[in-house]
Amino acid sequence: MTTNTQNPGSGGAKPPLQIAAMGLAVLAALYGLALANATTSSVMAFHGLVFTLASVLALWGLARFKARPQGTVLSGPGVVYNMDVVKYGTIASVFWGVIGFSVGLLAALQLAFPALNFDVSFLSFGRIRPLHTSAVIFAFGGNVLIATSFYVVQRTGRARLAGDIAPWFVFWGYQLFIVLAATGYVLGVTQSKEYAEPEWYVDLWLTIVWVTYLLIFLGTLWRRAEPHIYVANWFYLAFIITIAMLHLINNAAVPLSWSSPHSVIMWSGVQDAMIQWWYGHNAVGFFLTAGFLGIMYYFVPKQADRPIYSYRLSIVHFWSIIFLYIWAGPHHLHYTALPDWAQTVGMAFSIMLWMPSWGGMINGLMTLSGAWDKLRTDPVIRMLVVSIAFYGMSTFEGPVMSIKAVNSLSHYTDWTIGHVHSGALGWVGFVSFGAIYCLVPWLWERKRLYSLQLVSWHFWIATAGIVFYITSMWVAGIMQGLMWRAYDSLGFLEYSFVETVEAMNPYYIIRAFGGGLFVAGSLIMAYNVWRTIRGDIREGEPLPESVTVSAAAATA
Amino acid sequence: MTDEIKSKDAASGSGGMETTGHVWDGIEELNTPLPRWWLWTLYACIIWAVGYMIVMPAVPFPTSDGWDYTKGLAGYSQRDVVRGEVAKSEASRAIFENRIASADLAEIRNDEDLLAVSLAGGAAAFGDNCAPCHGSGAQGFTGFPNLNDDDWIWGGSLDDIYQTIAHGIRWEEDDDTRYSEMPKFGVDEILEPADISDVVQFVLSLSASEHNAEQAVRGAVVFEDQCSACHGESGQGDRTMGAPNLNDALWLYGGDEAAITQTVTQARYGVMPAWQGRLGDATVKELALYVHALGGGE
Repeated sequence: MTTNTQNPGSGGAKPPLQIAAMGLAVLAALYGLALANATTSSVMAFHGLVFTLASVLALWGLARFKARPQGTVLSGPGVVYNMDVVKYGTIASVFWGVIGFSVGLLAALQLAFPALNFDVSFLSFGRIRPLHTSAVIFAFGGNVLIATSFYVVQRTGRARLAGDIAPWFVFWGYQLFIVLAATGYVLGVTQSKEYAEPEWYVDLWLTIVWVTYLLIFLGTLWRRAEPHIYVANWFYLAFIITIAMLHLINNAAVPLSWSSPHSVIMWSGVQDAMIQWWYGHNAVGFFLTAGFLGIMYYFVPKQADRPIYSYRLSIVHFWSIIFLYIWAGPHHLHYTALPDWAQTVGMAFSIMLWMPSWGGMINGLMTLSGAWDKLRTDPVIRMLVVSIAFYGMSTFEGPVMSIKAVNSLSHYTDWTIGHVHSGALGWVGFVSFGAIYCLVPWLWERKRLYSLQLVSWHFWIATAGIVFYITSMWVAGIMQGLMWRAYDSLGFLEYSFVETVEAMNPYYIIRAFGGGLFVAGSLIMAYNVWRTIRGDIREGEPLPESVTVSAAAATA
Repeated sequence: MTDEIKSKDAASGSGGMETTGHVWDGIEELNTPLPRWWLWTLYACIIWAVGYMIVMPAVPFPTSDGWDYTKGLAGYSQRDVVRGEVAKSEASRAIFENRIASADLAEIRNDEDLLAVSLAGGAAAFGDNCAPCHGSGAQGFTGFPNLNDDDWIWGGSLDDIYQTIAHGIRWEEDDDTRYSEMPKFGVDEILEPADISDVVQFVLSLSASEHNAEQAVRGAVVFEDQCSACHGESGQGDRTMGAPNLNDALWLYGGDEAAITQTVTQARYGVMPAWQGRLGDATVKELALYVHALGGGE
């Protein structure tokens, strides 16, 4: 095992590399202009100009770029960490989180009050909905994953992030991907694959960014000073590699021309549907589950100041999740043109996936053994623990819904939406908030968060919001499914589709109310983070011991 | 902290379990064995899944004629199940559906049982096919007629309604579709703007709406020349041509000055699909009876 330690003094990009990068930025700027000039599509022209603007900004940044050693507190023995990019990622997470949640609230309100489409194409539900899903999954979740993985891989490997320019390229390149994707949706450019809506040229850009991300992560692992790779990094690595594979295969497409925003997907018919849901399900499995388990495995033991409950469990549940998850996608296509055998495989693997998923829950919750009192005193721990509880609940609900008999009722109803949001708001949201609340004082070297009471407010308001959201969707979804399948005594359908929509209205309003609470919680977080970064402390708050202890441990 | 020394974890709750000796950034790992219940539940799920894959169609394999798959012990086929359920449902309705298909509308109306089935079937078909335009209560919207009232553009008898539903309005793929075409008096410059303004005032006067009496007098002349051939001398309309009654203050596209001016200027050509081919004759009959029974049937 090599233990290459960084020389803390030599943290500067080699000038030739910097010049080469500047050359690439110039080429990219020219390419954007050429594209804007050649295309007949106004959206493509706009995206060409955005690309040129981004390249010019990159050129400006590169000209000023100086890789510098960071503050002393953020260094370990014999290593100076690159934490600036983590700071940017943390701020971007909060920023995109607030935007993504708010757009979701708009979408929810549009379902309850269709007038909120405003008869404006940009704001129509069909464009707002993918904007919401991509903003929360890829913009919010993606930034949380990039920021925390860059933090965790450095600290648990005692190695500085590989590359100096490359991490910044990944961060800013990823933000450019978000902007291109989001503006594309709003302006009506989409390839109509759920959670993979960006068109071919945005997909290609993401591929470049993602491969760089993978190389940085591998490079940092390679130069680590610890003999073993910490479990959190296994999950992060599985997430990065699998997302790359899913992205490439699901988005295989032939563009109409180099200057057309449109393309033709290589797959067709039921095979396209199967590949899409192989992608879609594993985006849940590897982006929203494996990636965020990586977060859980670092931040829960760190904040609780307790050892991980079981090393063996972490190995077994890691490999069983990796092996089983990838087969479960067909359960999204029960009772469709998908052949029977594929549906059987999807359901069988979904059932087998139950315990491997729960392995993460057990390891997370039991890590608090001996520290359960912190649940009372530390609202950040409370957030992390409740996220694990929601993880356990939705990874039980998922296998249940994959059972064909259950699925025949639940499929296409808002029960699915409720299920997704118990995972998305409860698990992904809360574990991210917990990580952000840990990271901000550590990164900016503050004694503690501006206010722990505000964390408590965020926790309770958001939890109430989730409960309103998922319970209303359970009731509404099951009602919807029962209405669809109801026949009268003469053998005619009891309800028309319009009547089922009408019946949903009160639940849509309750759901939007729950979503509104969740947005309010995220605004409280944004305020708290901002004040913490400014260096403010809200005086007079009772402080739990764990907070002061863990803050001290993190900066030791 | 990197020393590979096994340390006993002294804190309460972890039962003095040994750690693995690894430390990352201060994080240690206990060497707790796998929870028994967890492992046995995992095994149980795996055994169940294997059994399920033996019973159900599950494993694809290549043959000389392309791909095939194991059919499973239960011989389950989703397509067979659907075929069976559809056949069962059709059989249960067949007694009535066949009689409805072969009877004429008047006969159905006079048969209590057939009428009850038709009204139920018509309501179901209306909800999924007609409500998106005409409203779930058939109350209509601008451009889509209210079907509850007595105002019928193409006639409100059972046969008239049946004809409209079966063949549609201005539905070009159907040779028997209802068709009429009001001239675009403004767009095609058949009338001067001043004439249009006058005739609009006259049309307003027909339903005793607020109007300019002086213009209406001039407009009456224009109306007689240009409009009365279809809409009738006194604006009573003509159902054979689908020319609406202009006296009843019921308006398809709005009855204010601006809306009527727009109608005269560019005309309106609302379209309704022909449903015969899509829904079948029995369902169209049911729909006709249902719409007829809504309140305005003649």
